Amino acid sequence: MTVKKNPILALGAMTAVAALALTGCSSGGSDDASEKEGSTTLTVWVDADRAPVLKDVAAAFEDESGINVKLVQKDFGKIQEQFVQQVPTGKGPDITIGAHDWLGDFVTNGVVQPIELGDTASDFQDVAITAMSYDGQTYGVPYSIENIALLRNTELAPEAPTSYDDMVQMGTDAGTEFPFLVQVGEESDPYHLYPFQTSFGAPVFGTNEDGSYNSDDLQIGNDGGIEFANWLAEQGAAGLLPTTVDGDIAKEKFVSGDSPFLITGPWNVSAAEEAGIDLAVDPIPAPGSEAAQPFVGVQGFYISAKSKNVLAATELLTNYIGTKDVQLELYKVGNRAPALTAAFEEASADPITAAFGEVGANGVPMPNIPEMGAVWQYWGVTEADIINGKGDPAELWTAMADEIQSAIDGE
Amino acid sequence: MSTQTPQTRSARELRQRRRARQIAEHASGGILPIIIKIALIAVVDAISLFALFVAMTHGQWIVFAVVLVIAAVVNLVYFKRGWLPAKYLTPGLIFLLIFQVFVIGYTGYIAFTNYGTGHNSTKEDAVMALVQSAQERVPDSPAYDLTVLEQLGNYSFLVTAPDGTVSVGDDSTPLSTVSGAEMSGGVAVGLTGYTSLDFADVLEHQKEIAAMTVQISDDPNDGALRTPDGSKAYLYISTLEYDEAAGTMTDTKTGTVYSDTGVGAFTSESGEQLMPGWSINVGLENFTKAFTEQSIRGPLLSVTIWTFVFALLSVLTTFALGLFLAIVFNDMRMKGRKLYRVVMILPYAFPGFLGALVWAGLLNRDFGFVNDVLFGGAAIPWLTNEWLAKFSIVWVNLWLGFPYMFLVCTGALQSIPDELTEAATVDGAKPFAVFRLIKLPLLLVSIAPLLISAFAFNFNNFNLIYMLTQGGPRDAGAGINVGATDILISMVYKVAFDGATSDYGLASAFSLIIFVVVSLVAIISFKQTKSLEDLN
Repeated sequence: MTVKKNPILALGAMTAVAALALTGCSSGGSDDASEKEGSTTLTVWVDADRAPVLKDVAAAFEDESGINVKLVQKDFGKIQEQFVQQVPTGKGPDITIGAHDWLGDFVTNGVVQPIELGDTASDFQDVAITAMSYDGQTYGVPYSIENIALLRNTELAPEAPTSYDDMVQMGTDAGTEFPFLVQVGEESDPYHLYPFQTSFGAPVFGTNEDGSYNSDDLQIGNDGGIEFANWLAEQGAAGLLPTTVDGDIAKEKFVSGDSPFLITGPWNVSAAEEAGIDLAVDPIPAPGSEAAQPFVGVQGFYISAKSKNVLAATELLTNYIGTKDVQLELYKVGNRAPALTAAFEEASADPITAAFGEVGANGVPMPNIPEMGAVWQYWGVTEADIINGKGDPAELWTAMADEIQSAIDGE
Repeated sequence: MSTQTPQTRSARELRQRRRARQIAEHASGGILPIIIKIALIAVVDAISLFALFVAMTHGQWIVFAVVLVIAAVVNLVYFKRGWLPAKYLTPGLIFLLIFQVFVIGYTGYIAFTNYGTGHNSTKEDAVMALVQSAQERVPDSPAYDLTVLEQLGNYSFLVTAPDGTVSVGDDSTPLSTVSGAEMSGGVAVGLTGYTSLDFADVLEHQKEIAAMTVQISDDPNDGALRTPDGSKAYLYISTLEYDEAAGTMTDTKTGTVYSDTGVGAFTSESGEQLMPGWSINVGLENFTKAFTEQSIRGPLLSVTIWTFVFALLSVLTTFALGLFLAIVFNDMRMKGRKLYRVVMILPYAFPGFLGALVWAGLLNRDFGFVNDVLFGGAAIPWLTNEWLAKFSIVWVNLWLGFPYMFLVCTGALQSIPDELTEAATVDGAKPFAVFRLIKLPLLLVSIAPLLISAFAFNFNNFNLIYMLTQGGPRDAGAGINVGATDILISMVYKVAFDGATSDYGLASAFSLIIFVVVSLVAIISFKQTKSLEDLN
């Protein structure tokens, strides 16, 4: 009578022991695979979109160099955190895909190592190399550049607006639900509102001579910033920047023809095209006296600080990912302009890519310094409060700048 | 003719009985279960053996010991006759060990470290990363063509400068010009007495070759050649020098000396820290920080109060509504009870986090169904006003949670014998008195433990908070990223994972505080429940 239940129990015990066994394996188990002689394997973290393209690149690279490439698919949103956590344990990859504004965090945590692009550095767009640099060192091989611009529904607005007021006027004349759309959201969206802010002459940080950001020079609270805050309050009162319009709603309303304008990036182009909207891409109209500069985001590949295959990894990145063909292939999957100048020129045959690129050429790289974290923490909520009229805009803005400064000093 | 004494007879009977029992035991089991049992334990042992082997090769002796003990216990328990309770308990205990004790122990360990952004590895790694990133290419220095040479297991760089000069050098000897190198296309590719490595060879020894620094002259301040790809070399100069004996980092540009002052990072005399640092044991610092630092203590206090209010209100409202509906639908006079019951249970069939997400859409101020349709287009800030957001959270949780309470109350009500009600009615009790004095106490005996677990669940109801409001609305003036509807667990999440800097140490300390609070509440409540049982 005791025997009957045993198999089930034993199964449970077995699973438990297996779980233990796995924990045993995982503690440093992956180290020695790469140490075996003659079979260099590069582990590359890549997101689902880019994986198919890189699969072909990896196959070609394997044939030519004899280096195996193992692609591991990751959720793009989780790569930054996992990379920071896993590299120190020795379990991380040799190479990972990533955005340039993760770099400050990566360097602070010591998980990436500099890459020497040598003379090929000049083949990339300047903004891409600046974005991938930190403290005078280049850390990544860029492959794409992205930024926001003004998407226009040519049916509702046949001409490009010449100024912000012009855009609002055209939008109002079109008689649609919204004169123009930009994603704001409950905690606001400083990224999408940044072109407006820069047109008042209020960048977040000042820059050094080499174009990198100077974390000691917080500019956001300057006179231009206060002017921008007052402007935000006016727009909020006029109902032009509702905080209830988040990314999904903005896209949906534009796609269904409820507004002639949408300030967005290339990622929403295909949805609009699929809905049969005739699109044009224009520069973002400036409400202030200076140019409206959007943030430019750059994506690229980083090498882990703990990679044991540095030479092979560098070879893959500089001699394969950095080539025109691969950059063009990667462009096709995401519609984000290639970072390599030659590839970009070819991709510019598409008027939308060319137009986004033109707006981006006027943009500024998103700061990659870790101090930016303190900025994000206060920036959006303050903007949302100003838009919703929760106090004097100038006071709120100045208080925000003070909070950011003290958060930076405290770190 | 019986010559046997009573004693011997009873001894024989005993023996026979024992044999009979053994036969019965075997007969009841059969041969197949025994084979399955042996096979399964064989699998366990095989996996354990593999785990032991892996642990041994990696020098993980703690894992080794744990696996060994567990494997031994499993074998002993299942091969030994008897020990029936152990046979049932062992798997559960092992799971408890792995998934509860280990997790809590590890969280506890992290809570005493400064693990987080900038402190996520060992000192060794930090030194390596600092030295690595301090290697700067000398501005405007040329790229050298490179061939890696090998001689008796030592590697050398054979470099061709852009002006055509060919030189050779290795880790210990600076570059010196050589003549008579084998040239190909203007690049030196070989030298007598050395073997030239091709790309495959270079890859095979890439670790050593990538680590090589070849000084360009006798003066180390002129910089050294390194190669990132095995075919080009560049001139680098380091801005940081690590003195292994003193354990200090020196900035060669400014002369600042950074030393290990026990804070987990190289620190200069003026207090400036070099990042990355490394993780160290900080003792109780995270706990004292949670209770003493004004910017954390304030939010922690208000979040703790709201967590209790939220959990209590959630339990009370769902229980009240669930009980009310259970009583209503338990009434025989009610028509179509079955249909109503099914409708009532629908929210329970919905995944909770999805439900919360849908509600977030419904409650949108400008485009939500609630404002648009139910309130005729009014712009009520359900999720963006501090108090309305708190109300919305409780409301949505009521919607999500009442079906469960309805189910358990229905079950408990039906198990109360009708005779009790009848007897009370005969004694002249009014319906409400019957409910208050008889049904409710009896109900509470069986429901109270469920209420306690519902409280514990809502105390950590991360899904609801995150999907509905993400803890917002936030007060822009507050110094920390915590909103009006954040509960402890969502605050822990934000400290650990949200925003630019993660502080796993502090988050673990918070987790332990939550663990203690929930345990205390549970212990006290279960003690109270005992007194309820005495009512019977």
